[in-house]
Amino acid sequence: MARIELVDVGHAYGGAAKAGTETRWALRPMTMTWRDGGAYALLGPSGCGKTTLLNLISGLLTPTQGRILFDGKDITQLGPRERNIAQVFQFPVLYDTMTVFDNLAFPLRNRGWKEAAVRTRVSEVAELLDLAGDLKRRARGLPPDAQQKISLGRGLVRTDVAAVLLDEPLTVIDPHLKWLLRRKLKQIHQQLKVSLIYVTHDQVEALTFAEEVVVMNHGEVLQVGTPQALYEAPEHTFVGHFIGSPGMNFLPCQLGANEVRMSDVTLPMDAEWLARAAAAGTEYQLGFRPDAAEVLAAPIASAAGAAWQPARVQAFQPMGTHSLLQLGFGGSSVWVRAAAAFQPAGDHVWLRPLPAKLALFADQRLVPRGAGEMLAVANSAAAGTSASGAAP
Amino acid sequence: MKPVNQKAWLMVLPVLLCVAFSAVLPLMTVVNYSVQDILSPTQKVFVGLEWFREVMQDPDLHGALLRQLIFSACVLLLQVPLGIAVALAMPAQGWRASLTLVLLALPLLVPWNVVGTVWQIFAREDIGLMGQLLARAGFDYNYASDANDAWGTVLLMDVWHWTPLVSLLCYAGLRAIPEAYYQAARIDGASKLAVFRHIQLPKLRGVLLIAVLLRLMDSFMIYTEPFVLTGGGPGNSTTFLSQYLTQKAVGQFDLGPAAAFSLVYFLIILVMCFVLFNFLKAAEAPADATKGNAP
Repeated sequence: MARIELVDVGHAYGGAAKAGTETRWALRPMTMTWRDGGAYALLGPSGCGKTTLLNLISGLLTPTQGRILFDGKDITQLGPRERNIAQVFQFPVLYDTMTVFDNLAFPLRNRGWKEAAVRTRVSEVAELLDLAGDLKRRARGLPPDAQQKISLGRGLVRTDVAAVLLDEPLTVIDPHLKWLLRRKLKQIHQQLKVSLIYVTHDQVEALTFAEEVVVMNHGEVLQVGTPQALYEAPEHTFVGHFIGSPGMNFLPCQLGANEVRMSDVTLPMDAEWLARAAAAGTEYQLGFRPDAAEVLAAPIASAAGAAWQPARVQAFQPMGTHSLLQLGFGGSSVWVRAAAAFQPAGDHVWLRPLPAKLALFADQRLVPRGAGEMLAVANSAAAGTSASGAAP
Repeated sequence: MKPVNQKAWLMVLPVLLCVAFSAVLPLMTVVNYSVQDILSPTQKVFVGLEWFREVMQDPDLHGALLRQLIFSACVLLLQVPLGIAVALAMPAQGWRASLTLVLLALPLLVPWNVVGTVWQIFAREDIGLMGQLLARAGFDYNYASDANDAWGTVLLMDVWHWTPLVSLLCYAGLRAIPEAYYQAARIDGASKLAVFRHIQLPKLRGVLLIAVLLRLMDSFMIYTEPFVLTGGGPGNSTTFLSQYLTQKAVGQFDLGPAAAFSLVYFLIILVMCFVLFNFLKAAEAPADATKGNAP
C-alpha cells in the first residue's frame, strides 16, 4: 500500500508535440495526491481520460511528462510488474485454460512464490471473495460476476499491492449482482485498507462507492471532493451539470455593480463577489441546484414579494416523493424541485432561488464567495473594493 | 410443427442440377470405370471389385501412400510452428504490418506450376542460386539424382509456398485478442513465454485447427509443384498419391484401376475430413457449453 503522487503528469498518445504544433493531451498535465488507503472514484464521460490516468498509475503507460511517486519513491519508468499495482478491466480477463485456483495463483507463481505459500494465500483470497467452492473449476465456465471476482482476486492475492485500480469493472454484471459486488468491494476495502481507484461514468456508482470523487472531462481533473462537496459546491459548470439528476441549472448572466441580470430577471448580489467574478473571466453564469429554489403556485403580497419572480411552466413531472418543474426563467430553461403536493395554478409559478445557495461561474469556473460573508447577498456596502483577481 | 413450404425445393433446383452435372455425374462415370474392363468403346466386361483388389495390392500404391503420409506429417510439423512463429514476429500495425502482409501473401498468389518452375531453377546445382550456394559450401547436393535432396527440396518448396497461409490465419487470430489480456498479463507479471502459453495459444486454437485442416487436405492432394520440380523422381522417391494416380490413368491408360483408386483416394480424404471436422467441433464444444451455463 502506498501514497500515490502525480507531479505535473501529462500524457499524449502521439508523444510530446514537435515545434510549431500543439500537443494533443489525452491527460493534461496535473498534480495530485492519492491518499494511502483511500477509496476514490474517477468519474467522467467516455473519452475524458479516466482510463489513461489509470494506465499511467498502473504503469501500462509511461507519461509523456511528469513524475509518479509511490510513497515518495519515483517509479515513473517502472513497468506494471515492478509497481505492484492490481488492475481489473471492464471485461473479465481470465486465463481460459486454467482452473480458478491456477488463475489466482498465476501472479504469485510468476513472482516465484513457493507452492505451499501460494496455496495458503490463494485459499485466503478465495475465501474473501466467496470463490472457495469453485477453485477446482475451469475459470471459463463461470458466470460473469464470478469471472470478474477472479480478475479482482488476481490483483488481491499479492500481499504487497500498492493500489487496486478498477476500470469500469461492473459493466458486464447484472444489476442486482452489481450491487452485491460493489458491497463486496467496500467490505474488502474496509478489511484490507487497500487504496482503491474506481473508474466509472455512472455518477450513482461513483457517489455510493467512493470517499472522494475525482471528476474529469476533456483530459482534465475538474474537481476532487466528497460526494457532498461535488453536489453542493461544484467548482466547474461541468461538475454541476454532471452530478445530480437533473443537474445544476446554469443561466448566462451579465454582472452589474450590485446585481446580476438575466434578460428580464435581476437578482441582487454582493459587490465584492461580483468584482472578483469580473476579474476572473469574461463569460458569466449563475448556477443553482434544482432543490435550491422555492416555488409558489400564486404570488404572495408581502415585503419579501420583491424577490419572487414569475416563471413560465414548460413541464411538470410528479415524481412521487417530489415534483419536478421545468421553468422558463431569466431567458433560460431551469429545473426546480417542489414538494410532492405542489400543483401549478396556471402557466406561471413564482420562483425564488435561495440566495445562500446561488453560485457564480466565470468562464465555467466557480467564483468563490468572499470568506466569512457567505450570506451577505443583497446589501454589501463595500462596493468597488479592490478586486485582486485572486479567483482561479 | 411448422408448415413446410415444399416450393423451397424449386429454389434449390438450379444448384442441384449444377452439382449433378459437375460432380455427381462425373463421379458416377468413375464408378462405372472402376467396375468394368473396357477393351474398346464397344467392348466392355463387368469385373466387379477386381480393380479394387488389384490396386490395393499394388506395392507402388503402398509406397506412394506411405510417402504421402510422411510428407503430410512433415508439412504440418514444419509449417504450423513456423507459421505461428512468423505471425508472432510480425508487426501489429503501421506500414510495416501492411508491407509484411503483402510480402507474406506473395507466395500464395503465384500459380502452382510457376512455383514448381521457380524452385526447379532456383535449386539446380549448375545454374540455380540455392544449388550453386550449396555446391560451393561443399554440399553434394543434387535434387535430380539424390532422393533425400529431392525430398528436402520438395518440402522446402512447400514450406515456402504455404507457411504464409498459416501465418496469415494466426496473424488474424492474434489481432483478435483484446488488448486487456496483454495488459492483465503485464500486471500479473507474466513472462513472454507465459503470455504465449496461457493467452495466445489458447486463443489461437480455433484458427490453428482450421490451418491444420487446410494444410493436411492440401498437402494430401499435392501434385503440381513436385511434378514440375522432380517429376516424382528420382525413381519413385517423390511420387505422391495424386501423381501415382495420374501415372496410372494418363501414363499407362489403365482406366479401370485408376478409377478404382480414385474412389479409394476420395474415400481416404472424405474420412480424414470427417474425422478432423468432428475433432474440430469437439474442441469447440466446451466453449459453447460454458456459454450455456452462464446466466
